Amino acid sequence: MSSFWSWWIIVLTLGSLVAVAILLRWNMKNFTDVEEGESMGHEFDGITELNNPLPTWWTVLFWICLAWGLLYLILYPGLGNFKGVLGWQSSNQHVLSLEDSRQAVIDAREAGLNVAYDRERSRAEEVYGPIFQQYASMEIEDIAQDRDAFRIGQRLFLQNCAQCHGSDARGSQGFPNLTDGIFSWGGSAEHIYTTLMEGRRAEMPAYAELGEQAITELATYVLSLAGRQVDRDLARAGEQRFAVCAACHGQDGKGNIALGAPNLTNNVWLYGGSQRAIEETLRHGRNGVMPAFSETLGEDKVKILSGYVLGISAE
Amino acid sequence: MNTTSNQPIDYNLKVVKQFTVMTIIWGTIGMLVGVLIAAQLVWPALNFDTPWLTYSRLRPLHTNAVVFAFGTSALFATAYYVVQKTCQTRLFSDRLAAFTFWGWQAIIVSAVITLPLGITTSKEYAELEWPISILIAIVWVAFIIVFFGTLAIRRTSHIYVANWFYGAFIIAIAMLHIGNNLAIPVSFTKSYSIYSGAVDAMMQWWYGHNAVGFLLTAGFLGMMYYFVPKQAERPVYSYRLSIVHFWALITIYIWAGPHHLHYTALPDWAQSVGMVMSVILFVPSWGGMINGIMTLSGAWHKLRTDPILRFLIVSLSFYGMSTFEGPMMAIKSVNALSHYTDWTIGHVHSGALGWVAMISIGAIYHLIPVLFDRDRMYSVKLINTHFWLHTIGVVLYIVAMWISGVMQGLMWRAVNSDGTLTYSFVESLEASYPFYFVRFVGGLFVVAGMFIMCYNVWKTIRSNKLRKDEPLAVAQPA
Repeated sequence: MSSFWSWWIIVLTLGSLVAVAILLRWNMKNFTDVEEGESMGHEFDGITELNNPLPTWWTVLFWICLAWGLLYLILYPGLGNFKGVLGWQSSNQHVLSLEDSRQAVIDAREAGLNVAYDRERSRAEEVYGPIFQQYASMEIEDIAQDRDAFRIGQRLFLQNCAQCHGSDARGSQGFPNLTDGIFSWGGSAEHIYTTLMEGRRAEMPAYAELGEQAITELATYVLSLAGRQVDRDLARAGEQRFAVCAACHGQDGKGNIALGAPNLTNNVWLYGGSQRAIEETLRHGRNGVMPAFSETLGEDKVKILSGYVLGISAE
Repeated sequence: MNTTSNQPIDYNLKVVKQFTVMTIIWGTIGMLVGVLIAAQLVWPALNFDTPWLTYSRLRPLHTNAVVFAFGTSALFATAYYVVQKTCQTRLFSDRLAAFTFWGWQAIIVSAVITLPLGITTSKEYAELEWPISILIAIVWVAFIIVFFGTLAIRRTSHIYVANWFYGAFIIAIAMLHIGNNLAIPVSFTKSYSIYSGAVDAMMQWWYGHNAVGFLLTAGFLGMMYYFVPKQAERPVYSYRLSIVHFWALITIYIWAGPHHLHYTALPDWAQSVGMVMSVILFVPSWGGMINGIMTLSGAWHKLRTDPILRFLIVSLSFYGMSTFEGPMMAIKSVNALSHYTDWTIGHVHSGALGWVAMISIGAIYHLIPVLFDRDRMYSVKLINTHFWLHTIGVVLYIVAMWISGVMQGLMWRAVNSDGTLTYSFVESLEASYPFYFVRFVGGLFVVAGMFIMCYNVWKTIRSNKLRKDEPLAVAQPA
């Protein structure tokens, strides 16, 4: 902040504390012309006021608190640009981007700054890092078989994944079930790892402009692909129009893991498998987002988590 | 210096009566909504899948109803009463006073309509959208004119300490309300704050905490300074203590907002200053409690027989407890545990139900016979019943929230040997269920007390037997 605002804060803060101290000092003496314990002589609707002294314990407490406040503001950042003699800060200040943040951590370390957040993080890395590192050299397939890793993976899952995929990992509308072995983006160890590290964006375009008739026909054909009982004429008409869908879902409707286009033939539906739900999907499209965890969890934890997901998908 | 004349003064008691009656009605309704949402936390199905009965919409309705409908109506009623009685003069303007009454009721009714409809600015305790916000500002300016106009035409030489507190609260609320609600309207029912990011958060809690500091503390200290000495029939303990704790309280309180934003994007300096001021605030806050309770010295025996005095004195005990708890919770390392947990809810309610509601209820029991020319309340026994129901209710409520809050804080920070969190959020929620039930029961006690109060007040107003010949004398408890 500019030095004007810095001084503004310093003057107002210290000014308030000093003013309160003067006020307290002034009232500790009997400045009135009335004896202590006597009535002040004012009367308001029958209420009078006594001139009793301030309780000593209360006055002492006041002085202690004021002194403590001043001491705190000397030790810690508070008075404008003054950083405090301990050089403490909660986190790197004035960080506006992830790049800034990374750079600030490096700079603060080099300068030996007392940054609480960075310090706590390094300590956590020191204590817990080795636990995760022992799995770094393992294959994800082997991690999936390892009991300890599985348990860690489960905790990580409950904290980071359960919000969308459910604590039983069975998903819900719009959020895939991870236990059925069906993965739109691929179910191999590498695929799962990539999905977790980089996140995924699935886009089903909207086809409202095809018209309601076409949408009904296409939805009917899609249902027939999944082996459901449908009106054959409608399905046949839908089949004629399926070329536009085949670009992603494939001519046979079995999907494409490179695009995250789901298999339409297995009767597993991310957004609902009723005629109505499929028409809704066709009409308005769908946008699926899986967030990336490379930043928040890091490689080691993602690897364990991949092992966990691989493990439960095979159950 | 006593300039009280012997001629009876024609006070404007109509507006006081109106606000007093509405205080009771809004208080009962607001607390009833509170019990409903407490029940929803135990039995979520109680929102009946109806959007305007969901917790998210009723919770702001509850807070607005108890703070702005119940609490603020009580402040209007007592401020108008106290300023007239202690200045020995009629209100500065009857018309403006009537405008504040009808204006304030219109604001409350619009809140009751818009909040369940989901029309909200989304700023806590400042949810009402811009047209209502503007009306609040206008009514508040009228309140300033009536109150300070009355002080200006007073017939006493000094201004009584109760009026310092009322005056400070009225001015500060105008400043806070207008400052925090500056917004750009995009339609009749939607506006966006002119502030953004950390500045918006800071403005919001500068407002939010001072709504607590000035409305719920300074305003009600004004009430305390009249009704405690009046009901106890004892002089105020220390004039000099009033001076120190008044000026220190209003100087320091205004800084306390940042303690709502510890460990956020708010710059470190603001967090530190907010914490330091919040901790120091503990001492001037206790000044008010000492002055109130010590006023009773030499009249302690009255607590045995007078349940109105009991309401007033117990309210001061809750005040002392929550103004000790608050500064402790403002300390960063304590806040790291308490923030976002039910502990905060417990703290708020020990202040709101313990301090604000009890002092208001005591004041109302004192006022009703005076305003309606009755010798006393219809039933002192029922006041006593109300006292016990309320006290038990508050204790159940805050103890449940303390336990549940500390438990949540500890569960959220518990880690396994591998550094992963021990509990998922939903596990802490599940563990809170029994305490939510106890809180609901506590709320039931409080609301039951409010219904008893409604009945007692109704019988007092309706009864001709209690009518007294000589108006405006102080009512004696039986």
